[in-house]
Amino acid sequence: MAIYTQKKQIVTPGELLAQGEYYPELNTFKEKDKIYSMIVGLFDYRGNRLSVVPLKHCYIPYVGDLVIGKVVDSGMSGWTVDINSPYSALLPLTEAISRPHSMRKDVEGILRIGDMIKAKVIAFDRTKDPILTIRDRDLGKVTRGKVVKILPSKIPRLIGKKGSMINLLKKVSLCDLTVGQNGVILVMCKSSEAEEAVIDVIRMIEREAHTQGLTDRVSEALRRRIAGTQ
Amino acid sequence: MIKSYPERLIDENGLRLDGRRPDELRPIKLEIGVLGNADGSAYIEQGKNKILVGVYGPREIHPKHAELPNRAVLRCRYRMAPFSTEERKNPAPSRREIEISKVIREALEPAVMSEYYPRTVIDIFIEALQCDGGTRCAGIVAASLALADAGIPMRDLVSS
Repeated sequence: MAIYTQKKQIVTPGELLAQGEYYPELNTFKEKDKIYSMIVGLFDYRGNRLSVVPLKHCYIPYVGDLVIGKVVDSGMSGWTVDINSPYSALLPLTEAISRPHSMRKDVEGILRIGDMIKAKVIAFDRTKDPILTIRDRDLGKVTRGKVVKILPSKIPRLIGKKGSMINLLKKVSLCDLTVGQNGVILVMCKSSEAEEAVIDVIRMIEREAHTQGLTDRVSEALRRRIAGTQ
Repeated sequence: MIKSYPERLIDENGLRLDGRRPDELRPIKLEIGVLGNADGSAYIEQGKNKILVGVYGPREIHPKHAELPNRAVLRCRYRMAPFSTEERKNPAPSRREIEISKVIREALEPAVMSEYYPRTVIDIFIEALQCDGGTRCAGIVAASLALADAGIPMRDLVSS
């Protein structure tokens, strides 16, 4: 029974984390009684449950996730959407409109190739591509604003504990921010200068996600940038 | 390149021609995250060898019929730059390069936990920029680092 690394230490794939009565959780695996990391990340544990928080990973959809994607293809029964993931998503026609429709005519009128959409994942099980819906409040075509792409693994940091970081960004910049779980963020401000300022700060959070005292530095940088745009 | 071969490869002090002990490795330098566009990348220098590796994926596989329902496909390409050796190397993939690509893929396959990303592909591009013997081994080391840099789950890093 021993843990060989400290919390928040960077570990590499194949690094021995602990030996004995521990449970391998996120990004770790067990061989006999030894637990190893399977990814580059920060080590963490709660009780005897060990995990590694990844520095980088690709987005795997989960049911209920809010994602921002781009329509890349349209067909008879719906659209194909690029959601910044190894799996391209499907938006069926029936999930885009609620009333009865005359098949082909509507498809072009609702969404076109190149449109950005806010959508929710309603089904995904790894044997089939994820299915999206835009039949909910605040979902659907994006008509204005700017889109930034960051590493999906930095999204939890951008949101912060109970949304502290994202609420700070919203409060200081007075912008409307939508964070997709797939690492795509929609920024809507009154002016495009303010949008640029918020995007720069988001990039800063992505770069310095694993450092201490980030919230204070973000708050300071954002206030300075916003004051400069007014 | 040594033009004429001396009679003794190890001198009276027990050192090799380039001054290394018989069990001494060439100096190694490793770097990760050198390519902005790739999901993961690594660069290795071992003596005069210089190799750059880029990893893309997991991503959607084309052609679609090559996908596997239970795991990710690993694709690997080892290539020597035309300027990597003293005499220009024909840039067309040679028999040797095709075989080394396969050997490197088989060296990495057991380490990569490809079952986490079914129906996708992981592409590995190994570009030997300067060659001085042992590029396939150095390429494996750099490729395993690039895979780790891409955030792909692995049982262990691979060295050779």
